[in-house]
Amino acid sequence: METLKQLRDKIAAGEVKSVDAVKAIFERIDTIEPKVGAYLSLCKEQAMTQAKAVDAKIAAGESVGSLAGVPIAIKDNMCTTFGTTTCASKILENFHAPYNAHVVEKLLASDAVIIGKCNLDEFAMGSSTENSGLKQTKNPWDTTCVPGGSSGGSAAAVAAGLCSGALGSDTGGSIRQPASFCGVVGLKPTYGRVSRYGLVAYGSSLDQIGPLTQDVTDAALLLNVVAGHDERDSTSISEEKAPVQDYLAELDTPVDGLKIATVPHLNAGADASVQKAVEAALEVYKQQGAEIVEIEMPYFDYAVSAYYVIATAEASSNLARYDGVHYGHRSRDAKDYVEVYSKSRDEAFGTEVKRRIMLGTYALSSGYYDAYYLKALKVRNLIRQDFTKAFEQADCLMLPVSPTTAFKIGEKTDDPLQMYLADVYTIAVNLAGVPGISIPCGFDENNLPIGLQIISEPFSEDQLLRIARMYEKHTDWHLRKPEL
Amino acid sequence: MATKIDEAQVRRVALLGRLELSDEEVTQFSGQLSAIVEYIEKLNELHTDGVEPLAHCLPVHNVLREDVPRPSLSNEAALANAPEREDEYFKVPKILDDNSGA
Amino acid sequence: MASQYKIVVGLEIHVHLATRTKIFCGCELVYGDTANTHVCPVCLGMPGSLPVMNKKALEFSILTGLALNCAIAPFTKWDRKSYYYPDLPKNYQISQYDLPFSEHGYIEIPAGDGSNKKIGIIRAHLEEDAGKNTHTLGNFSAVDLNRAGTPLLEIVTEPDMNTPEEVGALARELQRIVRFLGVSEADMQKGHMRFEPNVNLHIERDGQVFKTPISEVKNLNSFRAIERSVAYEAQRQYAEFLETGKTLQMGNKRTYGWDDAKQMTVLQREKEEAHDYRYFPDPDLVPVEVDDAWLNEIKSRLCELPLQMQNRFVSEYGLSDYDAGVLTADRATAEFFDTAVKLGADAKRVCNLLTQTGLKLANEKGVTVNQLGIGPEQLVQLAKMADAGDISATAATTIFEEMAVTGGDPMQIAEQKNLIQKSDTGEIESLVDQVLAENAQAVEDAKSNPKKAKKAMGFLMGQVMQKSKGQANPKIVSQILNKKLK
Ligand SMILES: [Mg+2]
Ligand SMILES: [Zn+2]
Repeated sequence: METLKQLRDKIAAGEVKSVDAVKAIFERIDTIEPKVGAYLSLCKEQAMTQAKAVDAKIAAGESVGSLAGVPIAIKDNMCTTFGTTTCASKILENFHAPYNAHVVEKLLASDAVIIGKCNLDEFAMGSSTENSGLKQTKNPWDTTCVPGGSSGGSAAAVAAGLCSGALGSDTGGSIRQPASFCGVVGLKPTYGRVSRYGLVAYGSSLDQIGPLTQDVTDAALLLNVVAGHDERDSTSISEEKAPVQDYLAELDTPVDGLKIATVPHLNAGADASVQKAVEAALEVYKQQGAEIVEIEMPYFDYAVSAYYVIATAEASSNLARYDGVHYGHRSRDAKDYVEVYSKSRDEAFGTEVKRRIMLGTYALSSGYYDAYYLKALKVRNLIRQDFTKAFEQADCLMLPVSPTTAFKIGEKTDDPLQMYLADVYTIAVNLAGVPGISIPCGFDENNLPIGLQIISEPFSEDQLLRIARMYEKHTDWHLRKPEL
Repeated sequence: MATKIDEAQVRRVALLGRLELSDEEVTQFSGQLSAIVEYIEKLNELHTDGVEPLAHCLPVHNVLREDVPRPSLSNEAALANAPEREDEYFKVPKILDDNSGA
Repeated sequence: MASQYKIVVGLEIHVHLATRTKIFCGCELVYGDTANTHVCPVCLGMPGSLPVMNKKALEFSILTGLALNCAIAPFTKWDRKSYYYPDLPKNYQISQYDLPFSEHGYIEIPAGDGSNKKIGIIRAHLEEDAGKNTHTLGNFSAVDLNRAGTPLLEIVTEPDMNTPEEVGALARELQRIVRFLGVSEADMQKGHMRFEPNVNLHIERDGQVFKTPISEVKNLNSFRAIERSVAYEAQRQYAEFLETGKTLQMGNKRTYGWDDAKQMTVLQREKEEAHDYRYFPDPDLVPVEVDDAWLNEIKSRLCELPLQMQNRFVSEYGLSDYDAGVLTADRATAEFFDTAVKLGADAKRVCNLLTQTGLKLANEKGVTVNQLGIGPEQLVQLAKMADAGDISATAATTIFEEMAVTGGDPMQIAEQKNLIQKSDTGEIESLVDQVLAENAQAVEDAKSNPKKAKKAMGFLMGQVMQKSKGQANPKIVSQILNKKLK
């Protein structure tokens, strides 16, 4: 199957009609999707209309956007005026957003064809997509395994060839980890690089939208479209402070004298197959002249603790609005308005969402704020300092994405803490707000994909993508596709 | 093991978060949240006196907009998702107490 | 019974700021429109929507903070205050917690005896208002979110007020200040200003001071209600103290509502519910740094405050406190008056013209006095004509009214309408002589009957005025009459 960019080029050149490409995708979805379950909803009609419009533009010789006619999927926590926006939650099962998210506007403006909305852990809370309140998504490499999460639907859709590229969101690893589990590329941009307007919030100071794609080039192409300032998001960075680059322009130029930081004691915490793959990946860089610097990140080990306080505290507040009053599920059994809240929320939220609301509420409650929330914010600062120091010594940091490869569906659902601890490599990146990417770097003994995580300084996505591309050019892991 | 967060505390927090938990959920959360909070207390190993809390990663301040009107939604669009409505209002079971806090 | 107790009152005040749009979205602020027609994803608390701060709301707040002599924080931020209520769509209110934009100020209020009293301001912070619940649907309530997101300035005073009148004075003074600053329409009936007194008593007995439990009083929609509710609470608390001996303790603050029909407070909440608002910094908004340049720019928009102006009108212009108060009720009138006086008009004359005629005309037209189409120079001219006796006081009113219609020149109007008074002594003297000749009895009474002299004098005066068809200058008439009747 061609990549996003290859298909875009063919459509723009008039060699392939968007209508045919989109039809072909829906035909593939008809046969493959039942095995994978990547989508919560499809918007075939609206996609075909868009595709026709793009084809007409091209036929008329009009200029078209950089994603002209290609089928794109988005995680179902981004608001669209078409279809529903459910966040994989029963509480929003029938919710029709009255507006489009900023990234959706950007996709449409670049003439992309949005074909459907992907499954996720309910409100993006989870690392396996098992917490979806609406559907179970399976890993295309082994359908008895999870696709990772929370952007599991987006990652699975890309891996299974059910779209040309997808958008996910990453609060503690939710793009990078499913990308690694599904053998695709997943980029979490710097906090502030992509507007969050219309992204249903989980942890507002951590959430960031990014691409999931077949290769690094496609990630750069998608980032080109969605990056940039938006005045509706106060936390989106201005053009003066951090101008958007053309991430494709220098993509194939290797970074001269590349210095890579690694943290040996962290790598040691991963499964043997993962460790081996990451070490082998470092070898590939060395062969291209890169220098490896071993460093310490003393506060990294505290990231999981800090994260589960900060993210859940924000989440407990962000999810307060789902109360059955103005929109969303309302309990039929509520006798008074207070029961409208407590019964609607109890009936419609899944266990993981409730657990995190409870944890976050506890951390913010009177008498515990200083001990948990404030403490976590201070540790967050220390963790960020770890990164700042790392980038004084090297151009980037390389780590595993996850200590394991994809695990069996249902294998870990009984022990939430163990599930949280598996986020160890990705979480600190969100706390520090820096960009990180996961690229395929091998397979384990069960033929399940392994990801390499590369992390760089804030707003250095251009360099991060170039570094990732250096590896990709010398390997072919990203070209392997699951058999479905 | 003495539980870090006992069932009474779980109920208190559930009330704050407006979650009507079942008894099983209360028991389950008491155990799970205790384990999680115990792990989180790892943070206390670190001395953080004099460390600034970091609520925002971005070095950004003064993001302000001009006082210029933007189009609002129509009444129909605003109420389109309402579970219950009456004329142009959202409708809820009668509010008897004044628990507002503005 | 004079000093059985001391009343102690602090106020929590909410003021709607008069911006065009809401605090965090571009919806227009419209009072009294169809429900839920000025709402958008942001103020409806829709999933994925984000707030963006209205600059003007912040500047209005800072301006008010300056007028209340507060220290303006160089760094301020936004916090979320969590509580569930159907008029609060996100179930948290964006507010300010530990770092309000201003603190430690004071407001001066007229103490009633001509002096001023300083009432401390603990803090003033900016937040969003909630929507409105109405309870007209039987077993249901209706929610309108048009008001949700209105910029709301919350001001908390020290418990420095000790009489109902002081509480009322503060409320009125604050209304005048925010109107002077142009930051709020401050209409209590429309809910632009809400006052919640916290009342208790300090009762001295056997050298010991007993403090009664604090009552917070809500639902006050007039200045009168504020004063009455405080007076009522004082009596109620004293009676309760005599009966129960209950004193102030942690957690025994109660909430009362004011029942205007019954003129009494009604218990709403027995105990301050263990509120746990779970404040934390709003991650969707970034902090605000107010540097000197910005602060100075806002400072330059400050004006002389109403009470200062009122005091100046008394001390410099010799007006009564009452007149000065009327003139400084709104900024337009006060400044219009001040300009006219500075242009050379007699203060009392202008004051009378404005308070007796100008304000009435403005009120009828629904404008302020400076919008009547009369410039201060014209007003000065009118005042001078009256002072010189060229026109009578009645004529001045007529001319004022005409000026407001045509925008014409006062002298021209006076001439056209034949309102110029005759001050020619020769002419007046001959009129006086005729009247004296025709009214021998009155002349007699005026000259030699002390009991009837005053009345006779008035009668003769009236006769002369009548003969002159009202055009003789009464001052000169009276002078000549006096001289001739000696
Ligand atoms: Mg308040
Ligand atoms: Zn709005």
